[in-house]
Amino acid sequence: MEYYISTEKLAVGYDGVPLIENIGIGVRRGEILTLIGPNGSGKSTILKTMIRELRLLAGTVVLDGRSITEMSERELAKKQAIVMTERLQAELMTCWDVAATGRYPYTGRLGILSAEDRQKVDEAIRLVHAEDYAESLFQKVSDGQRQRLLLARAICQEPEVIVLDEPTSFLDIRHKLELLDVLKTLVRERNVAVVMSLHELDLAHKVSDRVVCVADRRIDRIGTPEEIFRDDYIRTLYGIEKGSYNALFGNLEMEPAKGEPKVFVIGGGGAGVPLYRTLQRSGVPFSAGILQENDLDWPTAHALAADVVSVPAYRVPDEETVRKAKEMIRKCGSVICAVKTFEEGNRSNRELRDFADTEGLLVTQEEVLIRAKGAAL
Amino acid sequence: MEKRSPVRLAAGFAGLLAALTILIIWNINTGSVRLPVREIVEILFRRTGENVTIVWNIRLPRTIAALILGGALALSGFLLQTFFANPIAGPFVLGISSGAKLVLSLVLIGLLSRGIAAGSWTLILAAFLGATMSMGFVLAISLKAKRMSLLIICGVMIGYICSAITDFVVTFADDANIVNLHHWSLGSFSGMSWENVGVMTAVVVPALILTFLLSKPISAYQLGEVYARNMGVNIRVFRAVLILLSSVLSACVTAFAGPISFVGVAVPHLIRSIFKTAKPIVMVPACFLGGAVFCLFCDLIARTIVSPAELSISSVTAVFGAPVVIFVMLRRQKDRS
Repeated sequence: MEYYISTEKLAVGYDGVPLIENIGIGVRRGEILTLIGPNGSGKSTILKTMIRELRLLAGTVVLDGRSITEMSERELAKKQAIVMTERLQAELMTCWDVAATGRYPYTGRLGILSAEDRQKVDEAIRLVHAEDYAESLFQKVSDGQRQRLLLARAICQEPEVIVLDEPTSFLDIRHKLELLDVLKTLVRERNVAVVMSLHELDLAHKVSDRVVCVADRRIDRIGTPEEIFRDDYIRTLYGIEKGSYNALFGNLEMEPAKGEPKVFVIGGGGAGVPLYRTLQRSGVPFSAGILQENDLDWPTAHALAADVVSVPAYRVPDEETVRKAKEMIRKCGSVICAVKTFEEGNRSNRELRDFADTEGLLVTQEEVLIRAKGAAL
Repeated sequence: MEKRSPVRLAAGFAGLLAALTILIIWNINTGSVRLPVREIVEILFRRTGENVTIVWNIRLPRTIAALILGGALALSGFLLQTFFANPIAGPFVLGISSGAKLVLSLVLIGLLSRGIAAGSWTLILAAFLGATMSMGFVLAISLKAKRMSLLIICGVMIGYICSAITDFVVTFADDANIVNLHHWSLGSFSGMSWENVGVMTAVVVPALILTFLLSKPISAYQLGEVYARNMGVNIRVFRAVLILLSSVLSACVTAFAGPISFVGVAVPHLIRSIFKTAKPIVMVPACFLGGAVFCLFCDLIARTIVSPAELSISSVTAVFGAPVVIFVMLRRQKDRS
């Protein structure tokens, strides 16, 4: 299928100075294309050029088979709607009025709304779930509500492509999800093409059909979310040095606490994660074990622990592994056991717990934290 | 859309028209010779009676001039507020009136010294030239300074500079007509001729109609440039037209009545708070009517309160207009916090 909007050898920038050159990206109808990349990499600049707010420095933007520079303002307005980060000024306008401004390209000389226009505005307001405050003044509603209305406004414009610049910034998680949900609906039901920039990688991962990575004044990579969202690639794209990114879960972890491990955590089945996080927050370096690599605890332990004693998925730890863990326990000098009951398959961890108990190394989380605080003082 | 708004609109326009009618009659009826309403009607429709000259040659043209120029001033203020997205912009505070006054004084003195009387069109042309010059300065500043207060301060300074030069020129020009010139440079609706009225109508009415026809792009522009462009407005052409219209309107006012303060800022605000809307399709006609009512009212006070002497119109408009500006600024401050 043909791209609905695409760029060819496009150069973008301010005041005639190119910031990014040779951009070739495109999106089909019924698809979401997301631009990700660090702050200041030029995502907004690309979007602003695609909506003709900035002059093209070279190349073309093709929309529905024609270059946008050849289109009249009105023609473009009927095909392309925007939700930008600029504040929309709306003195004495109700939310309904703001959404209704999307009908502009369709109304007559004086901009008076027809019954059909009104119906379409009502429909758009329903689609973004803004019925409850449609009659309130736009300036009085919250950021989340405003953002939804801007989307309603874009919907009223009956566009074939919507360009959004960081539409989820300033929204709480509920509103982020709702906004993206509406976008998905538009894409599926109205066959709209969506081009947007997003900061939230986890959301970009889940909502996008294709992802464009903008970094260092160039398009670094284009691909499906599965191709883009890999731990090591995201780390290099954003230059993450402290902490880590888990692509599978879209999960961001802080840097592990520095120093020799002071406590060994016996975990498994998700029981370890809260403990790992608590220790990391309190700055206590720790070791973790024994975990199978498909264990729920494993990714977090891998990101936060100084050492992890682990075995491949579904393999029962052998004696060598248990011996290694015991050695580590001796080095740490204390053990927290996060696991309450030990099933048959988890015999090795029970052995570790009993070992710690007889050696008198078993402690509670509280004791470790108090000790850490004392050491800090 | 608010459900009560049609009622509010009708009531607002009815109120403005009623006020306008009453003030027109009041303006014609009041003065050194008091004329009962019945006599006015007689004079207007039959042109008979001993006071026919007072009405036809003095009061009627003056009243019509106050109406047209007042409306033009308010409209020009509304356009400038829209253009700069600045609620206290206006032809006077931005120094546009003063710029028009300066060039106009130079032209007048130049012509007078050669013994030539300037016609209405010459006056407008000179004022337009001055208005555009000031506007150019303000535009250049607005590119550098996005802050609304800074723009206004620069405008006021331009106004002072122009006024100072005008005063200087007027003081050193030696002609009997300078007295008139001095009077005019303070702002006044007195001494309007029918020819003046004809010319100002020919300028202001087409500008009013054109502005009304621009209601739709103006409403888009109010949302902000980015959104207006996306709605299909050709921003560069539109901005040029807006600047041209507001310059023509304020130049026309200055050419005939001198610089008049605060009408351009105060009236659009009063109208907005009466109609509870900023939609241009309402604002354009309502501002025109509001400006007319405001100026008729102020002119009535200017020429009656210390009669037989006359106050300059600006002294009166400032008394009523300046508090509105202060109020608007305070309310914005409150809204922001």
